[in-house]
Amino acid sequence: MAQVYLPERTEEQNRPQRGPIPSTTRDTTRAQNTPPANPVPRQPGLADVAVIVALVGVVALIIAGAGRATAHSVDTVISLKPTILPLYAGYSLLRMTLAYILSLVFTLVYGHIAATNQRARTIMVSLLDILQSIPILSFLPGVVLALIAIFPHSSLGVELAAVILIFTSQAWNMTFSFYHSEVTLPLDLQEAATVYRLSPWRRFFRLEVPFAMIGLVWNSMMSWAGGWFFLMAAEQLTLGTRSFRLPGLGSYLQTAANAGNVAALILGLGTLVVLIILLDVLFWRPLVAWSDKFKFEQTKSSDAPESPILDLLRRSALLENFTMHVVQPLQERCNLLMDRLMPAPSETVTADGDAALPRRLTAGVIAGWAVTGLLVLVALVGVFNALKLLVQVPLPMWGQIILDGLLTFLRTVVTLAIGLAWTLPLGVKIGTNPKWARRLQPVVQVVASIPATALFPILLIGLLRLPAGIEFAAILLMLLGTQWYMLFNIIAGAMAIPTDLREAARIYHVSGWRRWKTLILPSVFPYLVTGLITASGGAWNASVVSEYVQFNNKTVMTHGLGALIAQSAANNDLHVLLASTLFMATIVVTINRLVWRRLYNLAERRFRLD
Amino acid sequence: MANVTKNRANKRVTPTNEVLLEAEHIIKYYGSEQKKGEQRVLVLDDISLQIHSGEFIAILGPSGSGKSTLLRILGGLIRASSGMVRYRGQEVTGPNTNLALVFQTFALFPWLTVLQNVELGLEAQPNLSRTQRTKRALAAIDTIGLDGFEDAYPKELSGGMRQRVGFARALVVEPKLLFMDEPFSALDVLTAENLRHELMRLWREGRIPTKAILMVTHSIEEAVSMADRLVVMGHDPGRIRAILQGLPLADRVAKTPAHEELVDLVYTLITQPDEDAAQIVAAAQQQGAAEVKSEPKAEPKPYQALPHVKIGVINGLAERVLRAGGREDLFVIGRELQMEIDDLLPIIEAFELLGFGEATGGDLVLTDEGRRLAESDEQADKVLFRDQECQHIQLIRQIKEALDAAENHEMDETEILEQLEEYFSPDEASRQLDTAVDWARYAELFAYDDEAGLLYLEDAAPVGNGE
Repeated sequence: MAQVYLPERTEEQNRPQRGPIPSTTRDTTRAQNTPPANPVPRQPGLADVAVIVALVGVVALIIAGAGRATAHSVDTVISLKPTILPLYAGYSLLRMTLAYILSLVFTLVYGHIAATNQRARTIMVSLLDILQSIPILSFLPGVVLALIAIFPHSSLGVELAAVILIFTSQAWNMTFSFYHSEVTLPLDLQEAATVYRLSPWRRFFRLEVPFAMIGLVWNSMMSWAGGWFFLMAAEQLTLGTRSFRLPGLGSYLQTAANAGNVAALILGLGTLVVLIILLDVLFWRPLVAWSDKFKFEQTKSSDAPESPILDLLRRSALLENFTMHVVQPLQERCNLLMDRLMPAPSETVTADGDAALPRRLTAGVIAGWAVTGLLVLVALVGVFNALKLLVQVPLPMWGQIILDGLLTFLRTVVTLAIGLAWTLPLGVKIGTNPKWARRLQPVVQVVASIPATALFPILLIGLLRLPAGIEFAAILLMLLGTQWYMLFNIIAGAMAIPTDLREAARIYHVSGWRRWKTLILPSVFPYLVTGLITASGGAWNASVVSEYVQFNNKTVMTHGLGALIAQSAANNDLHVLLASTLFMATIVVTINRLVWRRLYNLAERRFRLD
Repeated sequence: MANVTKNRANKRVTPTNEVLLEAEHIIKYYGSEQKKGEQRVLVLDDISLQIHSGEFIAILGPSGSGKSTLLRILGGLIRASSGMVRYRGQEVTGPNTNLALVFQTFALFPWLTVLQNVELGLEAQPNLSRTQRTKRALAAIDTIGLDGFEDAYPKELSGGMRQRVGFARALVVEPKLLFMDEPFSALDVLTAENLRHELMRLWREGRIPTKAILMVTHSIEEAVSMADRLVVMGHDPGRIRAILQGLPLADRVAKTPAHEELVDLVYTLITQPDEDAAQIVAAAQQQGAAEVKSEPKAEPKPYQALPHVKIGVINGLAERVLRAGGREDLFVIGRELQMEIDDLLPIIEAFELLGFGEATGGDLVLTDEGRRLAESDEQADKVLFRDQECQHIQLIRQIKEALDAAENHEMDETEILEQLEEYFSPDEASRQLDTAVDWARYAELFAYDDEAGLLYLEDAAPVGNGE
């Protein structure tokens, strides 16, 4: 759901600032990279125990998951016992992990091909642009029904559907980021790789992936948060009269809300928050700290991110021995094998369009054409079927779709306005005060990654009693899903205002509204636009879950394109689903092109502070 | 090896006239194949060059002369549009396997340690085990004076140390050919001197197995103090203007008269791009020492190209030359301002274009206007600039006339750009306009609104000339 445009610069700025922990990074990086020729033996310690425990936990989780996949019926009864929560949390986590791995593999393969294959590039990039604009929940009915048909007697189909759904919410921005890194690879490093004859395989892992690493990690974090949002929706879904439930935190929260069990709701939510914090501390922060060495910079930055967990891992003797005696030899083998399979090209590849030699008909070229042909064929069949469905949509329905589109558009505008109204002053306040920024940023980050869909059942209990409660609820949910992007970016922007400019403003007594107009708004503007782009895309996507709600076995809905999509999906009304989905994708793409991209360009041109 | 690399005052008598690398009639266009004719930019025009075993060759030239492109074509990294490169008689069609390259930007992988960076070159050699690889890398690190830094990351090192890693990575593969693309130009003066010295020591003592070194540089002094032969290139299009014999070893080190003379000659060659190279060399009485391309008088250019120089430096240069009595050695100016020829040449060109001075015989001589410029105050300067620009700068004159003629004294930049694009690439066209705008703004000839892309006459502009 997160949309990313030209992520490189903003990623850097978005990266959370960390508190001043006494610096030990230098030593630990040293320790990890002891040359194999002269290793320093280490004693096993507490760190190794932690590593082993973590390893056992992961293995247990996978086994439990695999056993469950075949054992359960499709509509699972969700227990509200508190003791079952860790298990449910494990299931949810497993789904997230599988989806993330899928996204990562997709990212590397797709991004690489799009960047290196000149002819495929245009198609692949625009396809990605469209895919990320399609409301994800529209995929759901089709995917679920198809997979249930494939695995009729187990919950595997629904499980896979959930994983694929999460994948579709995670993959696109990661792929964009990777693609962008690939096409901005510094020429001198590419030449070095060519001169020193790195095979394509080594080139990929020595040059391309490391160069993309920072963007990849940052986008992974965003994708992961987006994944939670849709996992909550995917674990419990109703298609017409059939309902599918998967044991997990999302379905637990839903069931608790339906039963009006406030204690269970709070407990479930607490578990989710704890899980998110744990992941942040144990996984994402170490990853961010580790990836700092991939930063493409010529001087060592002073405020490198740090993580005690990473330090622990780097000091672990067990892990070091494992790396040295198992991972590295394996890597070496693998590299040698891949070198033989894909040797470095011996012919000069000229990228400047100076085709000196006639194109030869190699196996690669033929395969390329075959794949292209196949894709075209698939696309044609798809378009034909889509047209067949679309002509069945009656004319008044189109009117309805356009009207609903307008309503949802208004709702997104209101959402963005409300979001802006409170995040702008607060974000600037936090960002211009380094002490607050350091303290609050991690907090904001964790709060932001709590999926709004998990909070929704709780909110609904209160809101639906009000008149026009669903209107409030819809906007509130969209707001919950999107405001954080704005807040993040505004804080980052305010932090980046150069001190000299702030001092100049103070010396020349620029204060009040003039201060905002001449100093703050122009400096924050590029960040603000980035935040708004993401928020706007997110709001459209969130409309699908927020305008149409199933609660207490009742369906509550308001008018809007999101509601139309959700309703037609629930009723298996495929042509309306297709028509409304396409319409929403069109609106999102149009708004991006007409509004956001222009604003972004303006921001790049006029308000860059460098 | 050591014997080979010593005492090579004259290549014809050394035993190593074995041709290692040979380029024949290299022509290189940039721009797409579809857009034939005018749209293709000719970067290299008919380059032929032989590199012998045991030779250190420096390629010199102003920016835009295609030095780096030539280096990459010789190394097989870029394919020439036509012509052929041979290594030991074999045609080169891909990256030369006997080649190592040292980059101006170092091109180190920031996520790899020094050791890993050096090992990188060896990774592609499948018959080396991991321990052998490490051993050789450590040996190279030792040779180049990096011991102790094996586990540091490049970002922890100074520029000089980083380039040492670049050299270690190049030398560890034991290349027959060592190519260097402005290897010292990103370093400070002292560090560069130190590194140059060490490289020359390794090379002359035969401590590295390299058979030939090719260096692209824009530092004339560097080239003269290192190379056995100097290839001087010219621009628009890139071509070889002269190949000069380097100095005997004894003359290269110190600032001997021979050294100064050769530096001066190269300065003269490069700062007088339109003169016949043969005449210049003959005038410097270096007959027989150089193979010089006697070239036809350069054709008049279809459209005057402006060097991209900010106007402020022109004033400063005029004052500097006046202080020296109205005539100053270009090479002295370059050394004093710590400017290499790449930075200095555009300024000289602009100076000449505006009619403030002339480069002759390696000196810069002020004209009357140049003297007036150096002596007058800011307001008078502007009037002077206005006169000179209207008189000598084709693009500015053209815009000014069009603006005067236009009803509202405004015009769209796209008109001008379209015209310029008949002679320049789109990028270069907009850079030409930017430079013209910068010069005209200083002279208060016309104004420019970047947002709207409009050129216009300012109401308040003092009534000048051209009316």
